[in-house]
Amino acid sequence: MCATCGCSGGGVRVTDPAHRHDHHHPHSHEHGHGHSHDHSHDHDHDHSHDHDHGHPHEHSHDERPRGHTVLLEQQILAKNDNLAAENRRWLADRRIRAINLMSSPGAGKTTLLERTLADLAGTLPVAVLEGDQETLLDADRITAAGARVVQINTGAGCHLDAEMVRHGLDTLDPQPGSLLFVENVGNLVCPALFDLGEAAKVVIASTTEGEDKPVKYPHMFASADLVLLNKIDLLPYLVFDVTRWQTAVGRINTGAQVLQISATTGVGLDDWYRWLRALG
Amino acid sequence: MHELAITESIVAAVTEKLPGAPIRRVCVEVGELSGVVPDALRFCFELACAGTTLEGASLDIVRMPGRGQCQSCSAEFDTTDFLVLCACGSAEVTVLGGRELRIREVEVV
Repeated sequence: MCATCGCSGGGVRVTDPAHRHDHHHPHSHEHGHGHSHDHSHDHDHDHSHDHDHGHPHEHSHDERPRGHTVLLEQQILAKNDNLAAENRRWLADRRIRAINLMSSPGAGKTTLLERTLADLAGTLPVAVLEGDQETLLDADRITAAGARVVQINTGAGCHLDAEMVRHGLDTLDPQPGSLLFVENVGNLVCPALFDLGEAAKVVIASTTEGEDKPVKYPHMFASADLVLLNKIDLLPYLVFDVTRWQTAVGRINTGAQVLQISATTGVGLDDWYRWLRALG
Repeated sequence: MHELAITESIVAAVTEKLPGAPIRRVCVEVGELSGVVPDALRFCFELACAGTTLEGASLDIVRMPGRGQCQSCSAEFDTTDFLVLCACGSAEVTVLGGRELRIREVEVV
């Protein structure tokens, strides 16, 4: 494991399952394993002064010369945000609508995609960027469902960022005018902070997770343009108060649209497709 | 653990702005509603700085207070809670401050 960032050796891998060769895209932060700076510590303390403490000492308490302060006033995520803005322009130039799909692991992102691909087949060109820490399992499921897909494996990474999506787009080369689903790494925390250049963020919750998820993970639900409640076909077997869940979403995000669906039975999916088409 | 990615972004931004300059201290503003945990940032910072011009640098974190405005009664108030309810009972609160994630300044040796 890399000591700088914890990424696993080769870093991020982008794989076109149709070709099965990896493109290794270590992130661009400088690992600097060369350790080129020297440790000579040539402090220019002048210790010739007498220590009678009759005059104020110039040097700071840590015995190092005072440095000079440089104002930066810069957003910490500026680099990601700029890359995301480039992705957004690139996608807009090709009339590609990108949707960032986020949820906890197991909420049904891939199942919803499989069903969506089957139902939209022949009406709309659809492509998929799959994000997971490891394996090509989801890419294989999307390939089987008939769509063009590229898998991004983040290794130790817990979310997709704009640079990974850039590399994914280069490999995927989605058709102009298409709908692009970006399935983020299953995680209700970290993906909320990273703009990918998408047109909309969709957060999927599911009835098996409990109705308090929106208030437990407010950042994720606050970022959503659309919140889906999946697995509503299981409601007869669960203790899940839909009204309570909806109230929780409303407390976090007053602007988000909410739809109740079942990716397995297809209930509510017409509303989902209407929402997708209305994206323009 | 997005704090690791955040600290990497800090290191990348500083080394890009000040290539080659040995850095003694970095001061960042982290809003109370930003979703970033200061302790986790500190934990990752030393690791992210290793082998860069920031090696050995200290990290100062300035917490920026959360501030909300009620859309019903227009009251402005401080908050540390992402789930804000106005004293009037309304949940329609616009966040005015507390989402900051900014590098304020660095000290160059």
